[in-house]
Amino acid sequence: MASSSCRERFVAPLRSPDNMSDQNEKMANKIEARFGDQIIRVPSTCHELTYELNKDDLLEVATALRNEADFGFEMLIDVCGLDYLHYGHTEWETKSASGTGFSRGVKRKSVILDEADEFDPKRFAVVYHLLSIQNNIRLRLRVYAGITNPPIVKSVVDIWNGANWFEREAFDLFGIIFEGHPDLRRILTDYGFIGHPFRKDFPVMGNVEVSYDTEQGRVMYKPVSIEPRTLVPRTIRDDNRYSTDLKDAN
Amino acid sequence: MAEIQSYTMNFGPQHPAAHGVLRLVLEIEGETIQRADPHVGLLHRGTEKLAETKPFNQSIGYMDRLDYVSMMCNEHGYVLAIEKLLGVEVPIRAQYIRVMFDEITRILNHLMWLGAHGLDIGAMTMFLYCFREREDLMDCYEAVSGTRMHATYYRPGGVYRDLPDSMPKYAESKFRSKKELDRMNSVRAGSLLDFIEDFTNRFPKCVDEYETLLTDNRIWKQRTVNIAVVSPERAMQLGFTGPMLRGSGIEWDLRKKQPYEIYNLVDFDIPVGVNGDCYDRYLVRVEEMRQSNRIVKQCIDWLRDNPGPVITEDHKITPPTRVEMKDDMESLIHHFKLFTEGYCVPEGESYAAIEHPKGEFGVYIVSDGANKPYRVKIRAPGFAHLSSMSEMVEGHMLADVVAVIGTQDIVFGEVDR
Repeated sequence: MASSSCRERFVAPLRSPDNMSDQNEKMANKIEARFGDQIIRVPSTCHELTYELNKDDLLEVATALRNEADFGFEMLIDVCGLDYLHYGHTEWETKSASGTGFSRGVKRKSVILDEADEFDPKRFAVVYHLLSIQNNIRLRLRVYAGITNPPIVKSVVDIWNGANWFEREAFDLFGIIFEGHPDLRRILTDYGFIGHPFRKDFPVMGNVEVSYDTEQGRVMYKPVSIEPRTLVPRTIRDDNRYSTDLKDAN
Repeated sequence: MAEIQSYTMNFGPQHPAAHGVLRLVLEIEGETIQRADPHVGLLHRGTEKLAETKPFNQSIGYMDRLDYVSMMCNEHGYVLAIEKLLGVEVPIRAQYIRVMFDEITRILNHLMWLGAHGLDIGAMTMFLYCFREREDLMDCYEAVSGTRMHATYYRPGGVYRDLPDSMPKYAESKFRSKKELDRMNSVRAGSLLDFIEDFTNRFPKCVDEYETLLTDNRIWKQRTVNIAVVSPERAMQLGFTGPMLRGSGIEWDLRKKQPYEIYNLVDFDIPVGVNGDCYDRYLVRVEEMRQSNRIVKQCIDWLRDNPGPVITEDHKITPPTRVEMKDDMESLIHHFKLFTEGYCVPEGESYAAIEHPKGEFGVYIVSDGANKPYRVKIRAPGFAHLSSMSEMVEGHMLADVVAVIGTQDIVFGEVDR
């Protein structure tokens, strides 16, 4: 077997953490020059390149990012669904809660399937992680799925074939529809599952319990019998070590 | 009777060659596969959702259970993502320990893969040989963390304990002769590093043994050469990483290209395949075991000469020692806050990827400034590989499906999460 006998164009430049942010900045300049106001840069605390874009521009930008030699993002590493419903909320307000324990302090409104007419435009998002092997650089794109119920984003399967299962997963867990996906079925949850379990309003213990009824000789679905409880409440603390003027120092 | 042209066959989820709980629905014509539809999710435990309900440190144990044959590497990805957000410095000794255990884990994973893959396509002896060596590596896990598999050894800021000075020894038993006992305990007389060094000296010979059995074996070649060929273009298009990508001839290894920890200080080579078939991927993985062995050796040498702290002393994120807590009030408060509430991670998002034995294992964490992650997304290499199953088995025979499952190195803990 030939060691390191790969084709010339696949040899990626070596990269150390020091020149990482330099390379990111160079790429950022190229991207901003090419796409202008189609994209918005999101500041990062850990030297990562993140852009937000309008969902209508997704396919155009993605195609350019893959095909144009300046960018060369030939690999889609990951597609991730996100639900920003409880972003920045704490579970237990110490000031207003009574002294009777955590479970009373947590307000939960569990839903099986949200039937709202429209969602907050910034509730659902899809995050794409791209990797360029030829330029050895990573890029993150975030697209908000808009107000429609169900949320809809265009599928990138035709641009990166590897997106197929990642999009199925995001559909299964968050109920985000990927328009143009060839085979948008549930993937991780059970056959016949109802609801989208990774949405923030879906309870961790689920809605139904499954058991086998020996008398009737079949599998039964019953509402869950366990109570939700929080062992460690979710707390957000201001930490001056991470103050905002340090945050933008990318 | 009407002649049946093509039919559908169900493979798994209880089939021993399905490597766990893979259910494949195969469309077959004669004995040729037309299409394969993998059904996954039978092991879905909602790790990512569970991680959202717990303080950061309490989810490290869940990471072990993702890819349960390369435990510490999973922890590494998760811990790196948190460290990136926190901006903590990890002591250099901890970095060496992490790299050493990552490579031990890689050998552990590849041995499991080689044994199971061999067994699947007819090489029974491989399984026995590989598990013999795995046993020693499991002992390393046990010595350092107390458990043989689910270690929870890596923590944000370093590793939990320094390497032990002594190895646990086998006790006398009526099932073992005195001679056998002495032989087993002879390598356990010194420290953990001595034990690992002894292993690294023995191991290249073991790999030679495996290669004698397989590399030029006619049956092995008949089962793997030209099976499931993936071109480099397709491999990138399908999101392949790790040995699957290198088997197709692309020199891409995060340890070299985007080095994390101290990988830029150790010397090793990246093996690359030529044809992109099962046989090349086999060669790549076998060579990776030899290279990992090299890295482990270099780490041992460094670790012997350079004692030092193995976890950061920033007690906002790591617990203070028992002794400090006895007379220092601040340490006591730190300890209490850390174990009741955890630590708050600054608002932001990070993606940390490591070269996992199976490919790129990435963890994407979104934090809103709380003591629990807002969202954890685990990018499992096996998930991307398995999604290409249909393309890889198309036109091959039924028996080759087993070879393809083997070559993809599928473990359901990480695919289903």
